Amino acid sequence: MAESRPAARPLSPHLQIYRWSWTMAMSIAHRVTGTALYGGTLLIALWLIAAASGPAAYGTAQWIAGSILGKLVLFGYTFVLLHHMVGGLRHFVWDLGHGYEPQTRMNLAKYSVVVSGGLTLLVWLIALTR
Amino acid sequence: MLSNSSMRTPLGRVRGLGSAKSGTGHFWLQRVTAVANVALTLAFLCIVISLIGKPHAAAVARLSNPIVAILMLLFTVSGAVHMRLGMQVIIEDYVQHEVLKILAVMANTFFAIAVGAACAFALLKISFGG
Repeated sequence: MAESRPAARPLSPHLQIYRWSWTMAMSIAHRVTGTALYGGTLLIALWLIAAASGPAAYGTAQWIAGSILGKLVLFGYTFVLLHHMVGGLRHFVWDLGHGYEPQTRMNLAKYSVVVSGGLTLLVWLIALTR
Repeated sequence: MLSNSSMRTPLGRVRGLGSAKSGTGHFWLQRVTAVANVALTLAFLCIVISLIGKPHAAAVARLSNPIVAILMLLFTVSGAVHMRLGMQVIIEDYVQHEVLKILAVMANTFFAIAVGAACAFALLKISFGG
């Protein structure tokens, strides 16, 4: 770490001091969804292993995925995946040096929920009607 | 460690490697895999939707298609690299104890490689293993 840290500076205010804002909420959501996807990769691995193992294992995986609980998990997984993706696109905008005006950054954060929610519904509409 | 006695200038300390001894490599790889993951995630969703309700033989046939198999391999490998980097940042932010932190970062690497290898092996077995 830095070798020249000055002593006894006041601590910056922590989470419970701040008023909640969209950018703060979406920043936290990006971490939470990232963590959820980290665990969710196990589901992808198990699904692929089931497919590689044979019809019986794949049938079990399909039965679990098709159950009500399975569908709920997959719906949540879809939203979390798309929310993290849209959040990433927001970060690209900021990485490129755009969208830092107060209103713009709030809108970027706010509408990332709308966009990821809309995309999730679109994916499931396609999935359920095909 | 936190003294002001170092003869090295701040620029000398950060030039090239910085305190993490890896420069901006972590940051940049996180962004490169993020860009790749946008396209690969959309491809993954299309592939999964196209497999809904398909019996094992049809699913294996679809996953053995070279384009589908390569997209799935890229998605799982790029995803594993990206999630390893992201979780490492979370660990470094929240785990204060130095030994625990190193063990957690190491376990994170093992988990990401294990999940990536499991997905890759399953995909290759589906394509070549019969």
